[in-house]
Amino acid sequence: MIISELQLIMPELSLLGFALLVILLDLFIKQKKVLAGVSIAGLIVSAGFTLLMWGAPTVDIFYGMVAVDRFALFFKLLLLVAAGLVILASQDYVSKFERFQGEYYALVLLSTFGMMLMAAATDLISIYVALELSSISLYVLASFLKDQKSTEAGLKYLLVGAVASAVLLYGMALVFGLTGHTCLICIADVIQGLPIAGLLESPALFLGLILLIAGFGFKIACVPFQMWVPDVYEGAPTPITAYLSVASKAAGFAVVLRVFFVTFGAPVWLSLDWGMLFAVLSAITMTVGNVVAIVQTNIKRLFGYSSIAQAGYLMVGLATVGMAAGTDALGQSGLLFFLASYAVTNLGAFIAIIAISNRIDSDMIDDYAGMGKRAPLLALALTLCLVSLTGLPPTAGLIAKIYIFSGAVNHGLLWLVIIAVINSCISAYYYFRVVKVMWLEAPASEGKVPSSWALRTALFLCCLFVLLLGVVPGCFIGIAEAAVRIFGS
Amino acid sequence: MDFGYLTAILFLPIAGIIVIALLPKPQARTIRLTALTFTLASFILSIAVFCLFDRSAGAIGQMQFEEKISWIPAINAFYHLGVDGLSLPMVILMTFLGFLAVLVSWKIELRPREYFIWLLLLETSILGVFCSLDLVLFFLFWELELIPMYFLISIWGSGRKEYAANKYLIYTLVGSAMMLAGILSIYFTTGSLGMMGLCGLSVASPVIPFAAMFFLLFIGFAIKLPMVPLHTWLPDAHTNAPTAVSVILAGALLKMGGYGMIRLCVSIFPEIALRYAPLLVALAVVGVLYGAAVTMRQRDLKRLIAYSSVSHMGYVLLGIFALSQISLTGAVLQMFSHGVITGLLFAMVGLVYDKAHERNLDNLGGLARRMPVITVVFTVAGLACLGLPGTCGFAAEFITFVGCFSSTAVGGIQIYTLLGVLGIVLTAGYILWMLQKVFYGPPLEKYDGVPDADNIEKVCIFSFVAVIMLIGVYPAILTDVIKMGIMPIVKLIGL
Repeated sequence: MIISELQLIMPELSLLGFALLVILLDLFIKQKKVLAGVSIAGLIVSAGFTLLMWGAPTVDIFYGMVAVDRFALFFKLLLLVAAGLVILASQDYVSKFERFQGEYYALVLLSTFGMMLMAAATDLISIYVALELSSISLYVLASFLKDQKSTEAGLKYLLVGAVASAVLLYGMALVFGLTGHTCLICIADVIQGLPIAGLLESPALFLGLILLIAGFGFKIACVPFQMWVPDVYEGAPTPITAYLSVASKAAGFAVVLRVFFVTFGAPVWLSLDWGMLFAVLSAITMTVGNVVAIVQTNIKRLFGYSSIAQAGYLMVGLATVGMAAGTDALGQSGLLFFLASYAVTNLGAFIAIIAISNRIDSDMIDDYAGMGKRAPLLALALTLCLVSLTGLPPTAGLIAKIYIFSGAVNHGLLWLVIIAVINSCISAYYYFRVVKVMWLEAPASEGKVPSSWALRTALFLCCLFVLLLGVVPGCFIGIAEAAVRIFGS
Repeated sequence: MDFGYLTAILFLPIAGIIVIALLPKPQARTIRLTALTFTLASFILSIAVFCLFDRSAGAIGQMQFEEKISWIPAINAFYHLGVDGLSLPMVILMTFLGFLAVLVSWKIELRPREYFIWLLLLETSILGVFCSLDLVLFFLFWELELIPMYFLISIWGSGRKEYAANKYLIYTLVGSAMMLAGILSIYFTTGSLGMMGLCGLSVASPVIPFAAMFFLLFIGFAIKLPMVPLHTWLPDAHTNAPTAVSVILAGALLKMGGYGMIRLCVSIFPEIALRYAPLLVALAVVGVLYGAAVTMRQRDLKRLIAYSSVSHMGYVLLGIFALSQISLTGAVLQMFSHGVITGLLFAMVGLVYDKAHERNLDNLGGLARRMPVITVVFTVAGLACLGLPGTCGFAAEFITFVGCFSSTAVGGIQIYTLLGVLGIVLTAGYILWMLQKVFYGPPLEKYDGVPDADNIEKVCIFSFVAVIMLIGVYPAILTDVIKMGIMPIVKLIGL
C-alpha cells in the first residue's frame, strides 16, 4: 500500500534522485556546467510529474502525513520554477564557488525538495521535518561564499533559525498536548469540540497559537521575527538571496495557510482572532519594511527590507482568510496569485542584480549609476520589476495588489487596505530611487556589462511573466482559484 | 460597428512604440516621423468617431462604439471601452494634443528614441482613462500614466527635475491609493466593476458609508485636477517638465481629474454630491481666487502659466458641483478649452524659451519686433485665456457661469459665482501684464539675433489657434455632443 502511494510523490522522489545524481556526477565530471544541466533536467522532470497530477483527485497518503492536492501542486510548481530560474541565474556566479559547484546545485535541489514537502505536509511532524530539511540546506547555502560576510550570514541564519524551530516545536507540543493529535484535521476536530468561546479561556491554545505564529513568522520574515533578513540577504550569495526571498517565503506561506485554515479555521471566533492578529502584524510588517528600506544604500539590504514589506502585503491575504472564516476563498486565491507574481518579479529583479553586481563587483546602489547606458536591457528589466514591486501597471504587481486587497475590503479590512496602499506609496520612493540612479546619473565608467545567455534567458522569462500576469491575468487567477478550491468556499 | 475604433485609437500609439523600438539604429528624424504618423492616425480616427457619433435623441445616455471582452473573470473585470458625450471631447482633445506634442518635441536631441516611446505611452494611458468603462481597466490606465510622466520629467526636464518628478509620483500615488480603496468598496457593495451600471447607486448595506466612498474617489481626482489645497505638485511638475509634457499635462492629464469627478463621483453618488456641493463649490472659488492671486506674483513664465491652470481648473470644479445641466456642460467645455488654450500657452512659453533662453519675466522684454508671429499667437492664446469673445475661453467660461448662476443645487451659489467671475478680472490682469512684460517695451539688445517661429512650429501653433477660434465661434459643435453625456447625469441628480 505504501509502495503504491510512492508514485504520488514522484515529483519529490525524482527531485531527490536528481540531487543525489548531481552529487555522484560531481565526483567524475570536470565540466561543472553539466551539473547545472542535470539539475535543470531534474526540475523539469519533477515539474512534469507535478503537472500530470493536476487533474487527479485529492488524496492523503502515508497515514495522513502528506496530501496530494492542487494546493500543494500549485506550490510545487511555483517552487520548481523558482529553483530553475535561480539555477539559471547562478551561471555567472558559480565560478566564485570553485570546486564546490556540485554541492551547490545539490543543496538547491534538496532544499526545494524540503519546501515541496512543506507545501504538501498535513501533519505537524511532517511539517517540522520538511521545514528542517529545507532550512538546513539553506543554512549551508547562505554561507557558501566562505568570506566574512557570508559566514556571518550563515551563522546568523542558523542561530535564529534554530531558535525559531525550537519555538515552533514548543508551539506544536502545546497544541499536541491540548488535543492529543498531530494530524491537522484531527486537531481541528478536537478544537471545535472544546467547551470554550474565546481564545483567552484556553491559555494552552492561546500560547500554542502565538508560538506557531512566531515559528512560522521567522520563515515568512514578518515583524518582529525579521531581524535576520537584511544581514542574511546581504551576506549570502546573491542567487541564494533570491531563492530565500522567493521560494522560502512561498513555502512558509503555504504552511501557514494550510495550518491556520485547516486547523484553526473553525470555530468562527478563533478564525476571527488570528485573522485580526495577522492583520495587525501585517500592518506593522509592511510599515517597518518600507520605512527602513528608505535609508538603505546596499541594494541587497534594500531588497531585504522590501521583501519584508512584501511579506506584509501577503499577510493581508492571511488576515482576509481569517476574517472570512470560511465564507469564501478570496483571501487564499489572492495570496496565491500575489505569491506567484511576487516570485517572478523578485526573481527578475535579483537576476538583474546578479548580472550587474557580478560585473561591477559592488552591491552599492550608487554604483548602479548610469546602468541605463552601460547595460540598457538589464536596467530595463530591473526597472520593469521595480515598477511591478511598486504595484504600477502594466505589470503583475498591480493586478496582484488589486486582487489581494479586494478580498480584504470585502471582509471589513478597509483600514488595513488603506495602510497597505499608503505603504505602496512609500515604497515607490525607494524603488524609484534605484530607477533614478540607473537612468539619470552619469555612469562611473563607459564599460559595458555583459551577461551570459543563461542569465538572459532567466531574466527574459521573469519579465515575460511579469507582463503576462499584468496584462492577461485571467487564466493565472483561474489556476490560483482552482488550487484553493480544496479548502471549500 | 465591427471595426474597433476605440481599440485602434488606444493602441495606435503602442504600435508606434513597437515600431520605434524595433527600428535598427534609427535617425532621430525617422523616430519623429514614426511618432508623428501614429499619433496623426490616432487623431484622424478619433475625428472619424466624432463624425460617426450618433447625436439623435435616442442615443442620449447610451455608450457608443462599445467593445466588451472578458478580461479577468475572477473579479468580473472586462476589457470594456466606449465613449459618450462626456468622454468623446476628452478623447479628441488628447489625440489632438498627442499629435501636436510630437511636433512640439521636434527639436529633442537627447535620447530621442526613449523620449518618443514614453510620450506615446503617455498618450495611450490617458486615452485609456477616457475610454474605459470598467473600474479596474480605468485604474490600470490611471496608474500607467505615472511611469512615462516620471521619466519624461526626470530625464528631459530642467531645473529641479528629479525633485519635481518624485513629488509628482508620490502625490499621485497617494491619490490613486485612495481611489483604489474607493473602487474596491464600490466593487464589494455592488459586485460589479462596470462604470455604467452603477449610476445612481442605492444599496441597502454598503461596505462603508457612501460618503466615505465618494471622498476616497474624490481625493484621487482632486489631486489630479488639482484642487486647492492639493495643488502643490503642479507648479513644480510644470516648471521642470519639457515643453511637450507640459502641454499634455495641462492639456489632457488634468482633465482626468474633472472627468473622473463627473463620471464616478457625481454619477454614482448624486445624493452625496448634492449634500457636499456647498463645501466643494466654496473650495472651487477659493481655488479660483487663490490661484489667480498667486499667479500675479510669479516671475517665471512657465510657473505663471502653471498657477493660472490652478485658477482655471477651479472653474471646472465650480461648474461640476453647481450640478445643473448648463453648468456641467460648461465645465466639460471649459476642460476642453482650457486644454487647448493652456496647451498653446505652454507651447508658446517653450518657443520663447527656446529662442531667447530666458523664462524670467524681469529679464525679458521687447520681443515683439524680433518674433512677430510668436507674439501674435501668444497674444491670441492670452486673450483666449482671459475669455475674450470669439475664442473658446469665452464660450466655456460664459456657459459655466450662466449655469452656475442659475443652478438651484446649492444655496447662495450666485454669490460664489460672482466671486468666481472676479477670477476673470484677475486673469486679465496677469495675462496682459505678462504679455506687456515679454513682448512690448523697448527692444533689448541681447535679443537682437533671436529668430521667429520656423515652419513646423507655425503648423503646430496655428492648429491650436484654429481650434480655439472654431470652438469660440461655434461652440455648439462640442456642446451638442457634451449635452448627450450630461443629460442622463443631471436626471440622476433630479433637480
